[in-house]
Amino acid sequence: MTEAPTTPEQPAAADRDDLLVADGLQMHFPIRRGLLRRKVGAVQAVDGLSFAVKRGETLSLVGESGCGKTTTGRLLTRLLEPTAGTVTLDGRDITHLSVSQMRPLRRDIQMIFQDPYSSLNPRHTVGTIVGAPWKLQGVDPPGGVKKAVQELLELVGLNPEHYNRYPHEFSGGQRQRIGIARTLALRPKVIVADEPVSALDVSVQAQVVNLMEDLQDEFDLTYVMIAHDLSVVRHVSDRVAVMYLGKIMEIADRTALYERPTHPYTVALLSAVPIPDTNRKNKRERIRLQGDVPSPVNPPSGCRFRTRCWKAEEICAAEEPPLVAVGPGHQTACHFPENKDEVTTNPTGTA
Amino acid sequence: MTAPPDTSGSAAEARPEAALDGMSAKAIEGRSLGQIAWLRLKRDKVAMVAGGVVVVLVLVAVAGLLLDRVFDVVHPNTFHEDLVDRAGGTLAPTGALGGMSWDHIMGVEPGNGRDIAARVFSGAWISLLIAFLATLLSVFIGTVLGVTAGYFGGWVDTLISRAMDVFLAFPLLVFAIALVGTVPDEMFGLRGESLRIAMLIFIIGFFNWPYAGRIVRGQTLSLREREFVDASRSLGARSPHILFKELLPNLVAPVLVYATLLIPTNILFESALSFLGVGVNAPTATWGGMLSEAAAYYTIPHFMIWPGLAIFVTVLAFNLFGDGLRDALDPRAR
Repeated sequence: MTEAPTTPEQPAAADRDDLLVADGLQMHFPIRRGLLRRKVGAVQAVDGLSFAVKRGETLSLVGESGCGKTTTGRLLTRLLEPTAGTVTLDGRDITHLSVSQMRPLRRDIQMIFQDPYSSLNPRHTVGTIVGAPWKLQGVDPPGGVKKAVQELLELVGLNPEHYNRYPHEFSGGQRQRIGIARTLALRPKVIVADEPVSALDVSVQAQVVNLMEDLQDEFDLTYVMIAHDLSVVRHVSDRVAVMYLGKIMEIADRTALYERPTHPYTVALLSAVPIPDTNRKNKRERIRLQGDVPSPVNPPSGCRFRTRCWKAEEICAAEEPPLVAVGPGHQTACHFPENKDEVTTNPTGTA
Repeated sequence: MTAPPDTSGSAAEARPEAALDGMSAKAIEGRSLGQIAWLRLKRDKVAMVAGGVVVVLVLVAVAGLLLDRVFDVVHPNTFHEDLVDRAGGTLAPTGALGGMSWDHIMGVEPGNGRDIAARVFSGAWISLLIAFLATLLSVFIGTVLGVTAGYFGGWVDTLISRAMDVFLAFPLLVFAIALVGTVPDEMFGLRGESLRIAMLIFIIGFFNWPYAGRIVRGQTLSLREREFVDASRSLGARSPHILFKELLPNLVAPVLVYATLLIPTNILFESALSFLGVGVNAPTATWGGMLSEAAAYYTIPHFMIWPGLAIFVTVLAFNLFGDGLRDALDPRAR
């Protein structure tokens, strides 16, 4: 059927290694009131995100619920159209493509959903669900849809004979495997995984995470992992971006972020990770953040984290800290970064 | 290895237990939600009995039609004036218990002595025909408009929802009475009894769609937010695919339940219209019409009992069956 232009039509401006690039990405959901549906405000779910995902890496977006992680995922896969900024997939601007223009490109970017109980249509068999990508894209897999589906089921560790079964006959972990099989059908380049394991039991989480890592090696996948579980993130990521109220607070390599966090919010998040070691536990100071996340309808001026930050001063309210390099590949948006002395010794970062 | 399709593939080699799975391949056949619902329904004795009654009623209705049109055994419109007390002037049936006998198992009508059983049976046909078709009409319109409103939202939703409000505020009974007076003898190639039946189906069916529409709209609103819709969209699905292949299969159960519960309401409504004299014309037998005629002979209760009982049993059977169906299709909704 229609042959997708899989090769980039225009060479990427910045870096050929950057498979998926978000630049100044913004999503403001309008709030409408009254009879005339006049716009009275906006939920600033995502407000100016810039990051690049390199070919073959796993970038994680972490943050509290309501910080815009999921919205970001939906913007990257163009389930939502951003109000400003651009999304570039493999050198091609997909920010404002129409549904039909986007259709062939969807083979390259796929999504794993959060809730395996709601991401599979209860009225369809596993065969129909996993075979849907080919049907919708008008592609005939070699050997027929049934054979291809069974190979995929096998690949994700399910019994291929379960082709005729319905989702309700599977456990949460198995359902998530079915969802993963569906995303793999079209052999995408990027997979945006929206909290792929947060709905699963801890014992099953590890299996699914390991499956995703194996598949990454096998198919040369690039992952954008959306998560709030910092232990899982540490296990799977190459790089981590910490989000707060629709903005990136800090983005760094995994090791740098976990061992030398610079943003107070990151420090607070990491201090909340439980440590299964009683000796170390006692030595560590746990930072408790006061209050709730402010409303994204009316975010605080200046630094968005200042209302809960123990280091906040006047400048934090007056001036928004830009995302600046504090180390190689390590950027942070804070006027008073932590661990600054250690990292500024090597200030040749990507700005 | 007993399963031929998998013997050559890498599947059998990669998984040691694949051979075992291959042998039980026939046993691993998914049970659809429909099959599970049927198993659950079979265990619900009340619903099964009610369902049996519904089936019998449909058979009776068809039999009533045949009785009327084909066999002509006891015609529902045949007078048996020898069986009513003309001399005494009361016009009551002469026999005991309202003239019950082997020839007239439910007795005969006071006045002209028509066979009540024949009239009840042939009335079943009219009642069920109108109720079924009217239900089909309103569920069809309601589903199409409800799913459209729920899925597309925005001004489409506003328009359809306000239309529902208008229809719900419509004084249906008054309209029906007025319409009957103004409809000509022949319309759309239909005349006489057929025209009346078509008109009743239209009145009952067309003005009831907002109820089905609201249910479908609400279900669609919640289904639309489920992730499988996003999953479909992220694979490049178009709206028609999402509507018909993803959403509609999930709406079958609530629509089916609503339809079974709407049928008895429509039977009652048709009876009420017939009772008020705006239903099917006399002498065609309808349950409502029989009740209306029986009201003149309130001293002879058996005339009222049979059509009343027919309505009662039918409505009850459909309601119980609908309840059972709902429980079977969605056990969480209890």
